[in-house]
Amino acid sequence: MTQTRNLIDENGKRTDGRTVDELRTIKITVGRVKNADGSAFIEFGKNKIVAAVYGPREVHPKHMAQPDRCVLRCRYHMSPFSTDTRKNPAPSRREVEISKVMREALEPALMLEDYPRAAIDVFVEVLQSDGGSRCAGITAAAVALADAGINMRDLVAACAAGKVDDKIVLDINDTEDKEGGADMPVAYMPRLEQVTLLQLDGKLTPDQFNECIDKAIGGCKMVYEIQKQALMQKYFGNETELKEEIQQ
Amino acid sequence: MSASKRSTIIVEHLRKQQMWDALARGKRLDGRDFNEQRPLEIELDVIKKANGSARVKLGDSEVVAGVKVETGEPFEGLENKGALIVSAEVLPTASPHVEPGPPDEDVVELARVVDRGVRESEMIDLDQLVLVPGKTVYIIFVDCSVVNADGNLFDATSYAVVASLLSAKLPVFEMQDDKVVDTGNMQPMPITTVPVSITAARIGDYVLIDPNSEEEACMDARITITTADEGFCAIQKGFTGSFTVDQIKKAAETARIKGEAVRARLKELTGKNG
Repeated sequence: MTQTRNLIDENGKRTDGRTVDELRTIKITVGRVKNADGSAFIEFGKNKIVAAVYGPREVHPKHMAQPDRCVLRCRYHMSPFSTDTRKNPAPSRREVEISKVMREALEPALMLEDYPRAAIDVFVEVLQSDGGSRCAGITAAAVALADAGINMRDLVAACAAGKVDDKIVLDINDTEDKEGGADMPVAYMPRLEQVTLLQLDGKLTPDQFNECIDKAIGGCKMVYEIQKQALMQKYFGNETELKEEIQQ
Repeated sequence: MSASKRSTIIVEHLRKQQMWDALARGKRLDGRDFNEQRPLEIELDVIKKANGSARVKLGDSEVVAGVKVETGEPFEGLENKGALIVSAEVLPTASPHVEPGPPDEDVVELARVVDRGVRESEMIDLDQLVLVPGKTVYIIFVDCSVVNADGNLFDATSYAVVASLLSAKLPVFEMQDDKVVDTGNMQPMPITTVPVSITAARIGDYVLIDPNSEEEACMDARITITTADEGFCAIQKGFTGSFTVDQIKKAAETARIKGEAVRARLKELTGKNG
């Protein structure tokens, strides 16, 4: 990818006015899909993504069931109107791959051995896309799984870092993804200190690689706090009230 | 939809125990060290009908790759660049567990990860592959067939793609009266760098490169790291487990060192120096 214009100005501001260490605005609403066992709606910059969890429930077709653990099924899909040019609604190879890496990113957090012969289905629908929709999708899916009351070892928080104008920046947006130098999405379980998703496209020197992964994990930790807050908001109401309660 | 599944290859409990015992002693069941690849054989120009081809054997994993060059319209948004399309197929010959039919998610991932390594390294200078800007460009297809599968298809396929591209000759096309004409002449492929992937598997607390199928059946997580001359260009963590940051950084360092050796092999074999 060759870059044609500067994406960071002389004041260190990016195309959307952020600094290199700043996340886009993230808002998570828990339980937006009434019929689902757990759900979350995330606005991650311009991304608007809904994640719904059904299960644990009976597996269909039955032969997919496993005698000692639960089957996790995951679908990442983009709505035809979510992109600049209409996206064909049939699942693309990109969506097949993202569904797979998303499942693999969530699976380490789940205690699937607690639900033998059952299935948990995670549906992630991108209604409006911006850069980093897989990270936003994983973040929302983890919250939805927690909302569904699935036994979990930790939440999975995801955030990308990348290279723009030869600088390592946090949480790259659509423009930076298309015109910038590198994109590294990371999913992380902060309490267990485990990386569950790591991808990279674009060139990085060894030093930039280390800086990039550290920055992405820093971003994941910030996302983690927002996830926890969103869950607290639903289950304990206002967080400040809760803190006061704890202090008393 | 992506669903969790069990390995189709079952490793007996006793064999697993043997593997873990060996790993605890710093060895693997086939006698290799953790950072030791299986023997790598590369044979060039095995398919005369292709513009370039290679047969790669990594241990018992065997992949044939062929390059075919055509002309056509450029990709949307990349009007002034040639197109490069890498595909991969695991043939029903490859193992008793493969059935003919549309590619499953593992094969889609394989093709996309190999494609990403070549694409992101900018191995081929696509700017030089334009006939009429915005209208007609060279389209380079690299198609891979996995003939025999014994683990680490990512690296075996990636080496086959790179070797076939390095050995490929580009037909010289010309525009005559708005039509593409094959002049019958050949030119070298515009190569800028040589990407090399190194895949590692984590089994328990041990991280080992180039896992065979038995090791893959026991692994917790996998990571494929592609390096080019200047540094890293593509990464894919795969499988259901996780890595610590420390394990990833160590794997990246190993990928750089081991990748350099494979890169030197590829360059020497094809007589290309960059």
